[in-house]
Amino acid sequence: MAQPVSSGTTRPAARRKKMPYWVEPLTTLVVLGTWLLYSLWEVLFHNTGTYHNYISPYFSPGIAGWFGWHILTALYVAWVPFLFRFTCYYYRKEYYRGFFWDPPGCAAADAPRKRYSGETKWPLKINNLHRYAWFLALIVLLFLWKDAVEAFIFPHHGFEVRVGSLILLVNVVLLTFYTFSCHAFRHMVGGRRDCFSCGGKPSQSYRFWSRVSRWNAFHGAWAWASLFSVWAADLYVRLLLMGVIHDARLF
Amino acid sequence: MSEGITLSVWRGDKDGGEEVGYQVPAVPGMVVLDALHWVQQNAQPDLAVRWNCKAAHCGSCGAEVNGEPKLLCKTRLDDYAGETVRVRPMATFPVIKDLVTDVSWNYQVAEQIPPLDPAVPAPFTMYQEDASRVQEFHRCIECFLCQDTCHVLRNHDGTDKYFGPRFMVKIAEYEMHAVDQGDRVPLLAQAAGLNMCNVTKCCTEVCPQHIRITDNAIIPLKERVVDRYYDPIRTLFRRLAGR
Repeated sequence: MAQPVSSGTTRPAARRKKMPYWVEPLTTLVVLGTWLLYSLWEVLFHNTGTYHNYISPYFSPGIAGWFGWHILTALYVAWVPFLFRFTCYYYRKEYYRGFFWDPPGCAAADAPRKRYSGETKWPLKINNLHRYAWFLALIVLLFLWKDAVEAFIFPHHGFEVRVGSLILLVNVVLLTFYTFSCHAFRHMVGGRRDCFSCGGKPSQSYRFWSRVSRWNAFHGAWAWASLFSVWAADLYVRLLLMGVIHDARLF
Repeated sequence: MSEGITLSVWRGDKDGGEEVGYQVPAVPGMVVLDALHWVQQNAQPDLAVRWNCKAAHCGSCGAEVNGEPKLLCKTRLDDYAGETVRVRPMATFPVIKDLVTDVSWNYQVAEQIPPLDPAVPAPFTMYQEDASRVQEFHRCIECFLCQDTCHVLRNHDGTDKYFGPRFMVKIAEYEMHAVDQGDRVPLLAQAAGLNMCNVTKCCTEVCPQHIRITDNAIIPLKERVVDRYYDPIRTLFRRLAGR
């Protein structure tokens, strides 16, 4: 006798109802596209990102100031994190799907683009140099840590904790996880080795590689979280500069 | 009134075909392959479907269920309650009949990969740290669902340009082996077409063995190709060292 399809029990691995394949790439397109437009607005239409002891991550380190330049001051540094994210293996997945529609979804029935060469030709070949973008991003990260510490030390007040201080701190912590969970970093600390224990015991590079591998499993989560935290940190400083909000002291 | 399953199965051969609908009585725990067997036994004995173990171990019964590459024996029908279940052959490979495709291209590719070349004769000692890394790749059952979903092969007709994710896993298995002394990096950079892959991870999403194909095989191999062919500083040092 035929019985109901459902056995009446909930299986932990039950298949989720899938959304249409275009929802995910379209969401990526909208979110990353909005972030890109916001970043262009910030970089091309503002010359300062400093509010007392807060520095927007778009403007740190203040390279332009070191040379006395006063036009488009964010431009001299913002390209570094942009390059790091553009060449990032995780973002590559997102923008190839969202912007290039290559592919929009797995096994989607869309007509393919006629020309496809993967990452074999310029300019996409530049993605092969992700490790160098990592080193540049590391330098910026060090400055952002300095900024995060200084965000707790207020002129004439000394150490205080304000909303802005916490935003800058959370931002740099998320950026640290994003940076050190990088696939290229994982390769550099040990992934390029074939043998981890040829000396008879696990090598130091194995320990590094294992740790980075654990973080790397969540690289996409760190990528999104740090993107939003950078966005939030910059917007907070921008709104303070515009006088729209006031920085609340917590303790 | 009993609840039934509406099955729409692609029937045809290399000259073309169409989906044909069947009503199949539902049984708790039923998988798509069960429903196809019901059709074979009760309606269409000539329905062609390749299967073997019915336990998600042999990798024979790969097909597309409602557009997703799946093992028919591992895909439960109660996941599709209220939907028409559309079963089609893997789109990347030429159809032989109904749900059976010709996957022989994969075996031709496999022949191009130099096998394990141990520096010491077997049996050799391998520590768990090294074994664990390649054991993940040993889980592959060669169902070729990753090859089916790979857009380079599927949408861009790239079988002459890229070996596909299954064989990146195979190469990673040898290349990252602790005692292997072979060098497959030139193969990766040239004939295997590693950089045709744009790391969009569909292969990882469909793998029934949950191998992290992109993160643990393809990207580490891409980094090895970068070491050899794209990293200017490493290239400089290599040239200075006369290698």
